[in-house]
Amino acid sequence: MGEAIAFYIIAGFILIFAVLVVTAKEAVHSVVFLVIDFLFVAALYASLGAEFLAIIQILVYAGGIVVLYLFVVMLVNLKRPPEAYADPHRRTTLGFALSAAMLLEIGVIASYGYVKPAPALAAVAAPVTGNTEEVGWLLYTSYLIPFEIASMLLLVAMIGAIVLAKREL
Amino acid sequence: MLLSAALFTIGVVGVMVRRNIIIIFMSIELILNAVNINLVAFSNQLQNAVGQVFAIFIIAVAAAEAAVGLGIILAFFRNKETVNIDEMNLMRW
Amino acid sequence: MVDTFVIPLLKIVIVLNATLVGVTYMVLLERKVIAWAQSRLGPMRVGPYGILQPVADAVKLMIKEDITPVRADKWLFTAAPIISMVPALIVYAVIPFGSEVSLFGRQVTLYITDINVGLLYVVSVASVGVYGIILAGYASNSKYPLLASLRASAQLISYEVAVTLTLVSVVVMAGSLSMVQIVNAQYNSHVWFVFAQPVAFVLVLIGGLAETNRAPFDLPEAEQELTGGFHTEYSGMRFALFFLAEYANMIVVSSVVTTLFLGGWLPPFPNVAAFGFLYYVPSWAWFLLKSFVFLYLFIWIRATLPRYRYDQLMNLGWKVLIPIAIANLVVTGIVRVLLL
Repeated sequence: MGEAIAFYIIAGFILIFAVLVVTAKEAVHSVVFLVIDFLFVAALYASLGAEFLAIIQILVYAGGIVVLYLFVVMLVNLKRPPEAYADPHRRTTLGFALSAAMLLEIGVIASYGYVKPAPALAAVAAPVTGNTEEVGWLLYTSYLIPFEIASMLLLVAMIGAIVLAKREL
Repeated sequence: MLLSAALFTIGVVGVMVRRNIIIIFMSIELILNAVNINLVAFSNQLQNAVGQVFAIFIIAVAAAEAAVGLGIILAFFRNKETVNIDEMNLMRW
Repeated sequence: MVDTFVIPLLKIVIVLNATLVGVTYMVLLERKVIAWAQSRLGPMRVGPYGILQPVADAVKLMIKEDITPVRADKWLFTAAPIISMVPALIVYAVIPFGSEVSLFGRQVTLYITDINVGLLYVVSVASVGVYGIILAGYASNSKYPLLASLRASAQLISYEVAVTLTLVSVVVMAGSLSMVQIVNAQYNSHVWFVFAQPVAFVLVLIGGLAETNRAPFDLPEAEQELTGGFHTEYSGMRFALFFLAEYANMIVVSSVVTTLFLGGWLPPFPNVAAFGFLYYVPSWAWFLLKSFVFLYLFIWIRATLPRYRYDQLMNLGWKVLIPIAIANLVVTGIVRVLLL
């Protein structure tokens, strides 16, 4: 019971702040709302028992990626805000309509397609207890190759970001 | 799951409606987070930690994408002095 | 009922009060120590030997005029010091001050909570603390604070990487991320981690200095260079919050280094029968003593070393500390797997 109440409160805040992110006039306000949103999402993960993921979310997402966004927003500090004049080619109402259609579609899929999957992925009995240890065990045994590929991806992204942002090579 | 769908839709609205490209990128992050929430919810329900492992990979990919994307924005900004996505039409006919 | 609500609440109240009082007296301690290092006496007028100086400082800051710049972002301007202070205070939730103590017939543990990912919690909260600095610079709506805050936050996130990598090697030694388990691991292995991981100890000390914007890495707030850095436009109570947040961060870093490397609440030779008499000193006294040593070390370093230039600072963080941290991690991993 308490868990359900906590879930609804956190979920409500997540949605409110998400709407604020998308509709704030100043870019910096948007970024701040995004950070608060991510902190609430981390709280949601913690309440669902995924504490390692919650801390990783705060560390990587809220503490790293959004700081990057904040830097770029401040370096790109503009005199004339980008929304100042309306582009005649842009069809904003079509954007809204498409999004509404997509939400409807997702809702239909969610309510009709909800069948309990056969336990084909029987939980591999990892010989360790605790959330962090379990995730770590899976990462290093069954999912080792995706782990290595992810690290290669991060390396490539690092090099790419450096090359793109350097003034002279 | 409804929370995830709602968050996803808000992100999509953000991508389509706003003109500041940085805000568009942040809406993409919202979408990725919506997917993560879905994964974690299923992982909790089925008591299988694979969902969380996949969510970690998604966070890593999102970090990589944010870094490279922001690098592209910075490089573009040096040339054209705008972040309005409607004016970024170098590749248009 | 009592156990789940009342006791943690009492602990929180005690810890927060102790922290805030400690922080204000840190200001006095710093002025005194730097003064003695420079052959002068420091604050002596207020109270005997200047003991009541923090009270005078607090009153002064509270009655100062509260100026907000004209076109500053009002919400962010007010929120930035709060965002700076809150992470410094909430880290105390996971730091163990001592082993169990029996009060009023109950066993009371001397930490507020013990989460399984305690060490990661500390690091992630530190990374959220960066926001206070960035937003302070932005919200002031003037050139110097903006530049200074960008430089300060770039420094902070660079050293965060080095410190996190180093802390991973400590985790490899201890086998767990929970702070209490790390202290227990030091108990079980009969030796403080500072002897097992001297390189990591030095790296975390240097990184901790850089993370809290303390000398010799305090360019972002150097008065001679940037007219006060990111808190130029702040006055009165808001400035006091920034100031206190910096000292609170210092105490946090000291506590974390003590817990990880010096054995938290354990006496010098834990679990060795010959030194059992050292257990007569209560565990929290050991903890406070060790933290105090580190605080003194921080102030001593500030009084002694000259300031790093910004490019030297970034050079040190990225090109020197990170390779050493990675090498340390690899060596620790190999040794742990092969020998232990």
